[in-house]
Amino acid sequence: MKHEANTPLIRLAKRDAMSGGAIWAIRVGSIVLSLLIGCLVILITGNNPFKAYGVMIQGSLGGKVYLQQTIKIAIPLLGCALAIAPCFKMRFWNIGAEGQITAGALGATLIARLLDGKLPSLPLLLLMCLAAIVAGGIWGLIPAFFKAKWNSNETLFTLMMNYIIIGVVGWLQNGPWEARQGRMAQFSKDATLPKVLGIHCGWIIVLVLVLLMFFYMRYTKQGFEIAVIGDSKNTASYAGMKVGYVMMRTMFLSGAICGITGFIILSGANGTLASNIANGVGFTAITVAWLSQLNPFAMIVISMMLAILTKGADTLQTQMNVPASLSNIIIGLLLFCMLGCEFFINFKMIFRSRKTEKEVDAK
Amino acid sequence: MVRLEGQNAIELRNITKRFGSVVANDRICLSLKRGQILSLLGENGSGKTTLMNMLAGIYLPDEGEILADGKPITIRSPKDAFDHKIGMIHQHYKLVEVFTATQNIILGLKAKGGLNLAEANRKVQEICDRYGFEIDLKKKVYDMSVSEKQTVEIVKVLYRGADILILDEPTAVLTPQETDKLFAVMRNMKADGKALVIITHKLNEVMAISDEVAVLRKGKYIGTVKTAETSPQALTDMMVGHAVTLNIDRPQADELKKRLKIGNLTVKDKEGVKKLDDVSFEAFGGEILGVAGVAGSGQKELLEAIAGLQKLEHGSSILYIAPDGREQELYNLTPLDIIKKGILLSFVPEDRFGMGLVGGMNITDNIRLRTYRDGKLMLSDFAESKALAEKIVTDLEVVTPDINRTPLRRLSGGNVQKVLVGREISFNPTILMTAYAVRGLDINTSYAIYNLLTAQKMRGAAVIYVGEDLDVLLELCDRILVLCGGKVSGVVDAKNATKEEIGLLMTTVGGGKEATNEA
Repeated sequence: MKHEANTPLIRLAKRDAMSGGAIWAIRVGSIVLSLLIGCLVILITGNNPFKAYGVMIQGSLGGKVYLQQTIKIAIPLLGCALAIAPCFKMRFWNIGAEGQITAGALGATLIARLLDGKLPSLPLLLLMCLAAIVAGGIWGLIPAFFKAKWNSNETLFTLMMNYIIIGVVGWLQNGPWEARQGRMAQFSKDATLPKVLGIHCGWIIVLVLVLLMFFYMRYTKQGFEIAVIGDSKNTASYAGMKVGYVMMRTMFLSGAICGITGFIILSGANGTLASNIANGVGFTAITVAWLSQLNPFAMIVISMMLAILTKGADTLQTQMNVPASLSNIIIGLLLFCMLGCEFFINFKMIFRSRKTEKEVDAK
Repeated sequence: MVRLEGQNAIELRNITKRFGSVVANDRICLSLKRGQILSLLGENGSGKTTLMNMLAGIYLPDEGEILADGKPITIRSPKDAFDHKIGMIHQHYKLVEVFTATQNIILGLKAKGGLNLAEANRKVQEICDRYGFEIDLKKKVYDMSVSEKQTVEIVKVLYRGADILILDEPTAVLTPQETDKLFAVMRNMKADGKALVIITHKLNEVMAISDEVAVLRKGKYIGTVKTAETSPQALTDMMVGHAVTLNIDRPQADELKKRLKIGNLTVKDKEGVKKLDDVSFEAFGGEILGVAGVAGSGQKELLEAIAGLQKLEHGSSILYIAPDGREQELYNLTPLDIIKKGILLSFVPEDRFGMGLVGGMNITDNIRLRTYRDGKLMLSDFAESKALAEKIVTDLEVVTPDINRTPLRRLSGGNVQKVLVGREISFNPTILMTAYAVRGLDINTSYAIYNLLTAQKMRGAAVIYVGEDLDVLLELCDRILVLCGGKVSGVVDAKNATKEEIGLLMTTVGGGKEATNEA
């Protein structure tokens, strides 16, 4: 019988604590690595990577208008990432932000259609926002209710809820609410968010939300309950927390913030409702939330980073004739490296050393 | 190849397995012989399953060697294990619910010339007939009882040609009748020359089924004895070991006050198996009531039921008598209800991180589990938990790099337990329940915990102490309630009882009701 080697070539073992410095070195290293691999991809498209990166920076940050456009991309990403954070902290996989944004926008549109022209701008906007909160919240609450009651799978449930609401809006858009050629009417100026420093004031709303969410997660009873449930549902029950109730409450909150985000996109950027209003923000925001380790302040940085990449790639496309999907590739690489590096933070690899192998052979 | 009965099929030599700093198996030597049933006996956490998982290809030993028919082998995966004709039936079955028995049995095997279900059925039926399995091969798994699922698992392993079968606590989920059936097929397999290992901690089953018994204790190999030449008492001694001579202070409280009256407590698990069966007893303030029993006799369910974490069957009653004499029925109250009623009930559960603590949080946050509701308005409490955390760390000498930073999971078991016990006794409970409070702790920490419990008793708390070390139970407790298969098999006075007496009550299934139930 052939004698086999005693251990496999590579074994994985869980690491003990790692120093904070080393952790951040790995994280920054992973970003650098993704940019380097990105260079290769750009080279394959026949361009100079350094020039390409330069164009991307220039096109996203190199001018007031460019910067404003970049920030406009970042606002809904940040808002939605904030909404997802408490769910993920609770290990409730809400991937229905897309639908909750759409539901919120639908709620706001309903108010705008009913009351635009009958109310002054400020109360109208406040009512629209409130309607968005309620509609988004309910859309988030439904899957949580089923999870709490019958332990249904929240991932599938929240995902499917997306298609329902997007379908509803699509029907309204091409049916009862159609203005012309499959589009709804633009809102009046009253129902549009005012601009501050050249950008719709949604950026102020999301920055306030950052502060509120940070405070909520860190200092409130509810935030504490969310954290405990995320770590151990049994411990939460043991400590007298009502797990099902907290799930529903948190998902209402999450849906509500998604609703606000939907309202911001609707009234700030688009000025009208369409079935593609969320436009993938609900999914990209998951990336933002994960990359920032659910820290609201880090989300500002990460959402800006993704916005820079998106805007930069648009510029790249117009200026260097590179396909826009390049930005998706680079974002994908970034994600892969940044999420992948967590593995090396948590595990170490043990290689089979030659010495032990020899010892075994000698036997 | 001719395979003689009694010949070593597998031999383990000096097998060591560590998980971080924990040594789960420490230089264990064991041999499995053909045509023989070996019982692997030991308390929870003694390393039985870990050892067998290394044979099944789930873990890789850190040191030592495994010999099959005298030749060294390496088992890197479950597939390797099958190639060496080793099959393990795990505690949690791995079956496809929507497939039939046969489909599950042949699943994953490559058949020549495509899938022939009729042929497969015939072969499986042949195995069933040979060993006496009773099973409907066309039944879907979701229609099956636990016992039928287990049968499918065993046949699956046999179908893959296993000669060495490892059964991990197979009887834990079976009724006595089903257990008898299982033992009958095990004897048939043994007669067919297969080597069998049964992991268990039920002594009566060990005596009934096995030829030899290997005993593990705290990851160490204690020895192997022939079943015919041993007795349950002798095995208990091997399993529990003779602890260092203990000398725990047992002062008497001035007066005993009735605090809990448990009546007809019955709890069923998800499968509908009774985990607690008509349990009745009383607990008094000013005494430590020990709870003894082999692992899985209902200790966990008992404490969780009192804490409001189990669904109780109709007719159960948990009557709480407050120090001021008011009575409160706890039947079907949630933990939150109990807190809101102002009942000072403390609970140190068995699985520290699974229940009781949050491994990813620091000490202060874990203390806050009990205090966070005291904060003003929406805000979580901070001052109280911080002060309390610092007090516990100082008073109980908890060693931690940073009280506000280091997650609890990074601390040693003893320090973790001190945080948990410290938190639970900090609010002067009237009832203090602990499950295996000293498991995995060194002797000094253990004594620190015993002293804390005794101090609570002297303060007037009713302490319920679930333990596994009979010496400690006898020294620490005032009375000992013995559970056996979810039933109370007796309550004894700890000052007069002997280990043998308790050991006997622990293993007397269903009976023993006539034992003294006064006190």
